[in-house]
Amino acid sequence: MSVLWKNMTNFSFLPKYLSYFKNGTICTLVIAVLSVFAAVLPALMLALMRLSKNKVLKNLSGAYIALFRSTPVLVQLYIVYFGPFAVINLPSYKLFGFIDVSMLIPGIVALALNSSAYVAEIIRGGILAVDQGQTEAARSLGLTQAQTMRYVVLPQAVKNIIPTLANELVTMVKESSVIGYLGCQDLMWGTRTTVGATFIPLAPYIFAAAIYFAINYPAGKAIECLERRMRRGDVR
Amino acid sequence: MATSGNLIEVRHVTKRFGKNKNIVALNDCSLSIKKGEVVVIVGPSGSGKSTMLRTLNLLEIPTEGEVVFEGVNIADKNVDINKHRQKMGMVFQHFNLFPHMTVMQNLTLAPVKVKGMDEKAAEEMGLRLLDKVGLKDRASAYPIQLSGGQKQRIAIVRALCMEPDVMLFDEPTSALDPEMVGEVLEVMRDLAKEGMTMVVVTHEMGFAREVGSRVIFMDAGKILEDKAPSDFFSNPENPRLKEFLSKVL
Ligand SMILES: Nc1ncnc2c1ncn2[C@@H]1O[C@H](COP(=O)(O)OP(=O)(O)OP(=O)(O)O)[C@@H](O)[C@H]1O
Ligand SMILES: [Mg+2]
Repeated sequence: MSVLWKNMTNFSFLPKYLSYFKNGTICTLVIAVLSVFAAVLPALMLALMRLSKNKVLKNLSGAYIALFRSTPVLVQLYIVYFGPFAVINLPSYKLFGFIDVSMLIPGIVALALNSSAYVAEIIRGGILAVDQGQTEAARSLGLTQAQTMRYVVLPQAVKNIIPTLANELVTMVKESSVIGYLGCQDLMWGTRTTVGATFIPLAPYIFAAAIYFAINYPAGKAIECLERRMRRGDVR
Repeated sequence: MATSGNLIEVRHVTKRFGKNKNIVALNDCSLSIKKGEVVVIVGPSGSGKSTMLRTLNLLEIPTEGEVVFEGVNIADKNVDINKHRQKMGMVFQHFNLFPHMTVMQNLTLAPVKVKGMDEKAAEEMGLRLLDKVGLKDRASAYPIQLSGGQKQRIAIVRALCMEPDVMLFDEPTSALDPEMVGEVLEVMRDLAKEGMTMVVVTHEMGFAREVGSRVIFMDAGKILEDKAPSDFFSNPENPRLKEFLSKVL
C-alpha cells in the first residue's frame, strides 16, 4: 500500500520534465481544435448527402459514416499515415518550435476524417430537429430546397448543433492521444517519454490524467450551461 | 385547355399515403376556383381538407390527377414548382414564422432571395403591408415577442409580400386564443374585399357564411357538397353534411 502511494505521489520528475507536459498539452489542444474544425465542412456535406433524396449520394454518405464509426481510430490513423501520406511530401517545419508538421498534418487529417463521420450525424440530427413547418413555410414562399436549407433550416439547426459539436471537441481532446503513436509530441507522448526516461511508473500518468480532467471537466460544464441557455430561447 | 377562366383546376386528384399507399387522403377530387372567389373548405377531422389545400401548391404531390394553375399542370414533374409557388401564398395553423429572423426579415426574405427584389423596396412594401394589419411598430420584433394573433397577421403579410394570385389558409385561427381569432379573421375579410382569390380551410362557420363565395364539404377524402354559402347552410342535401352541420352550428 505504501509503495502504491509512493508511486502515485512521486512527482520528482516535474522540475525536469514539466516542459514535456506543457508542450504536450498545447499540442493536444491544437490537434483537437483543428481536427474538429476541419471535420465540420466534410461533415456538413455528408449530412446533406445523407438527407438527400438521391439514393447514390445517400448510400455513399451512409457507407462512409458506417466505415469510420465501425473501425478503431488508431487503424484509420495508420492507414492514412502509411497510405496517402507515404507519398505526400510534407515539409519538416516545427509549429511553435516543437510540433512536427509532418506528423501533425496526417494526424489531423485522420482524426478529421474520423470525426466527420460523427459530426455528420450531429449535424443531421440538428437539421432533423428543426420543425418541418419551417421548411414548408419557406418552400410555399417559392424558396428552392437549397435556399430553404441555407436561410431557414441551417441557421436554426446551428442552435442544436453547437453544444453537441463542443462535446465532440471534448471527446477529441481525449481521443487525439492516439496521435502519439506517430511520434507527434502530444500530452500522452510527453507522459510516456517521461515514464521511460525516469522509470517513475505511475505519477506521470496521474499528472496527465489531472491535466486532461482540468481541461475537459470545466469545458463539459460550460457546454451544459450553454446548452441550457440555448434551449431557453427556443420557441417557434 | 388553357383559358377556361379558372385560376385553379383540380382534376381527378387522388392522394395516397403510407408505405403501401393504403391511406387514401383524397379520393378522385375535382374542383375549380375562379379568380376572386373565396372558397371555404369544411369537414370533419381527417377528411382530407389539409391534404387538398396542400395539393394546390404541391406541398403534397398528387398520386394521380392534375392540378392546373394559371393554365399549367403543376403536378407535372417537369414543371419548375418554385416559380408557381411564388404566386400562391400559404398561411399555416401554427404560423411557421422564422424564429431566428425579425418580422421584417421574415417579410423580405422571399421577395429578395426568390424574386431578386431590391432590399429597400422589399422593406418599403413590408412596412406598407404591416401598416395595413396594424403592426407597423413590430417590424423589428422577433416572433417570440409576439402574440398568436400578431404572429398570424405577420404570416399573412409575409405571404402577401410575394404578391400572390391566390392565398391558401389552413385553419389559420385554430391555434389562437379565442380573443385573438377576430383580429385575424378581420384581416382575411379585408383581403377578400380587395378581391384576393382565397382558399380557406376553417371551422369558423360564421366566416364561411359571410365571406365565402362557395363552401365545400369534404368527408373521407371526397368532395360531397360544393355550393354558395346560403344554400350550403340552409339547404344541405348530403346526409353527412347535415350530420356535420348539426354538430358545429
Ligand atoms: N403525411 C401523411 N402521412 C400519412 N398519412 C397522412 C399524412 N397526411 C395526412 N394523412 C392522412 O390523410 C387523411 C387526411 O388528412 P388531412 O390532414 O388532410 O385531414 P384534415 O381534414 O385536414 O383533418 P384536420 O381537421 O384534423 O386537420 C388522414 O387520415 C390523415 O391521417
Ligand atoms: Mg388539417
